[in-house]
Amino acid sequence: MRLPRFGWLPILVGVFTFLIGFALAWFVYPWLNNSDWVIYLVGLLALLLVGVGYTLNFLIQGYTHGVKQITEETKVIIRANPAHRVSVAGPTDVKKLAETINIFAGRFQDALDNQATQIQQARADLEEEKNRLAALMSELTEGVLVCNIEGQILLYNNRAKQLLSQLPGGFWGDKIGGFVGLGRSIFGLIDRNAITQALEDLAYRREKQRSPLVSQFVTTATNGQLIRTRVAPIPAQQHGINGFVLTLEDVTQQSQSSRRRDILLQALTEGVRSSLANIRSAIETIEQFPQMDAAKVGQLRKVIYDEALTLSARLNQITAEYDTDLRADWQLEEMLGSDLLWAIQRRFEDKLEVSTAVAEPEENLWLRVDSYSIVQAATYIMRRLKVDFGVTEVKLRLKQTGQLAAFDLVWDNGKVDMDTLWSWQNQSLTTDGGGSALTLREVAERHGGEVWCQADKTINIAYFRLLLPTTQAKPIRSVQIVQSSRPEYYDFDLFHQAGQTPEMDQRPLSELTYTVFDTETTGLNPSEGDEIISISAVRVVNGRLLRQDIFDQLVDPKRPLSLASTEIHGISSEMLAGQPTIEQVLPLFYRFTEGTVLVGHNAAFDMRLLQIKESKTGIKFTNPVLDTLLLSAVLYPNQKDHSLETIAQRLGVNIIGRHTSLGDAILTGEIYLKLVSLLAEQSILTLQDARSAAQKTYLARLNY
Amino acid sequence: MTKKILIVDDEANIVISLEFLIRQAGYEFRVAHNGKEALERVATFEPDLILLDVMMPQINGFEVCRRIRENPDWQDVKIIMLTAKGREVEVTKGLALGANSYVIKPFSTKELMAEVKRVLGEE
Repeated sequence: MRLPRFGWLPILVGVFTFLIGFALAWFVYPWLNNSDWVIYLVGLLALLLVGVGYTLNFLIQGYTHGVKQITEETKVIIRANPAHRVSVAGPTDVKKLAETINIFAGRFQDALDNQATQIQQARADLEEEKNRLAALMSELTEGVLVCNIEGQILLYNNRAKQLLSQLPGGFWGDKIGGFVGLGRSIFGLIDRNAITQALEDLAYRREKQRSPLVSQFVTTATNGQLIRTRVAPIPAQQHGINGFVLTLEDVTQQSQSSRRRDILLQALTEGVRSSLANIRSAIETIEQFPQMDAAKVGQLRKVIYDEALTLSARLNQITAEYDTDLRADWQLEEMLGSDLLWAIQRRFEDKLEVSTAVAEPEENLWLRVDSYSIVQAATYIMRRLKVDFGVTEVKLRLKQTGQLAAFDLVWDNGKVDMDTLWSWQNQSLTTDGGGSALTLREVAERHGGEVWCQADKTINIAYFRLLLPTTQAKPIRSVQIVQSSRPEYYDFDLFHQAGQTPEMDQRPLSELTYTVFDTETTGLNPSEGDEIISISAVRVVNGRLLRQDIFDQLVDPKRPLSLASTEIHGISSEMLAGQPTIEQVLPLFYRFTEGTVLVGHNAAFDMRLLQIKESKTGIKFTNPVLDTLLLSAVLYPNQKDHSLETIAQRLGVNIIGRHTSLGDAILTGEIYLKLVSLLAEQSILTLQDARSAAQKTYLARLNY
Repeated sequence: MTKKILIVDDEANIVISLEFLIRQAGYEFRVAHNGKEALERVATFEPDLILLDVMMPQINGFEVCRRIRENPDWQDVKIIMLTAKGREVEVTKGLALGANSYVIKPFSTKELMAEVKRVLGEE
């Protein structure tokens, strides 16, 4: 065993003391008698013991204290700060231990860092995958929903939501549909039996190894749309299925148009058959009886003429009707004319390096087009113009004439040969590798349009013109709401909502599903007739604010708005005219909030508004309610200001888009999520914890 | 001076009645059965008016119309398009390419002859 630093000193002292004592004993021995000798030895031994004790104490101090310190510091490394290092001091062995632990801590820190980097990387990868999937899904013209085996929606795209949610027309119907949202049940939207049957059908196909593993059915949405739903299973790793994917397509128009075509076809065949029969029998009669008298011949001729007229009329009618039905079959989307021009311009400039000017088209000029094939067609023309004739500068223009829109690709006419241009119409578009087998003319015809090229020699230009049918202009609405803060409102008891079940009360706040909502009103006194003019809400599922899962509706209050209130929220009477009434909106909002905890800022005010409408609408909001104002007061009892802005600033939540009621709902949701994690630090974990803490604060504030 | 009319249609059955109607109305006429022949006839026969069917194989009525209007010598030739589909886009295209008028098939013979007279300025 090696001694610690200075460890030899007490031993040296001991040995030195012993030697001095021994030497002294040697000198004084002659004067001592026998008994004194014993006393002297005892004294010397005592002196030796003191020396040894001092040495032992020094050693124990150095080791045990050092080890205790190392233990504490190691705990710091493990629990709090992996970058912390144990201080190297004390006896050599303790120092060795400290050094070893420090080496270990270094490795530990590296491992942690490494792990963190890996997690970050994996997260980034996952996020990218997610974004890619989201982008992919959002581009699809079909609605896509992914559900688990219980029918809970795990993933959906906008098209699915659009197809299944209440459309604006739904407000006026008496049936109320469900809402699409994460964690919501698909069975609220699509008949459970239909899906079950499809899944059984799939299980059967799987067993018989039939392909494709897709089953389909057509359902009617609450607004009368026909939706074709395809069901595909998500196989589990072992056996059976984990869930299913639904793809939805609106076939209302398709089926209507094919039904109408059936009727037309029938009308055509039957009508033509009888007219032709009449004509044929008349002509054959004339042929067979050459001596027929003139009056009879005249009669039969009239038959032929009349029947021919009937056939003409019928054909004209069918041409007119069939034309629109034929077009409905192709996947056309409504597109703003200027957007189409912009897409083509970008393509010309990026891909073909052609300088492209765009003449501003008329506002609100909507087209029904397959933008891809139109852009492809334009690109084809442009590429050939550039390659064959060296055209590097063009102008795009779009003009409306009646029901038609003329899209022109114009260039200065140099030595361009019209016969060549004309021949392009019948060649297939094989631009940029993945070309289509369609010709320019076919693209035009599929849009119910025509294409041709023309030269205007007077001003020396030439142009390709694509004539397309237009569609009704779409109204564009944007709502800007500016809101001032409300006074705190206590006129409603948040703490005794009927829908609070003991089971729900025991669940952790982080696991519950919330509807965070906000309203705009005509004024601040619901009891004196102030009405809701806008309700907005956003859902929080699994601790995530779902910005896509929103409710946002203006409401006609059926009473005039004061100018003062318009100044506050920016909603004018004109914006509310024609909006549904609160009696129409509340049932929908009720469906939206079903099974969730309501969260609002100063929620008592909003709840009071809903409560007042109870008798009129028969709709009772019994959901548990949490108030971000009260929860903020729980966390910061000494602060007086708990307005939305102040809390947001205190908690470091970005205040963006705070000028709409939807913006406020989203802000409240973000604040709520921060509050939940802060409440957890104070051991406020369940719904019940939060409610009772809020209630105490509420009473405290009342007293205050 | 007798006005000259060129009938351009690939369907023999309709040409039979058109020939008869135009002869009865006292016009001089020629018949072309396709686009290519039509362009040759325009050069040799120098008609005052062309009854031009749209739907023809190879060179269709639109192209015949365009080529006629591209020739500075033929600017004054009147053209009546005979279109079978009767879609608005088709009519617009025909007029844009230089046709003076159009008649949609099936047509009434009286209306057709009235239109011929109107376009020739004989009313």
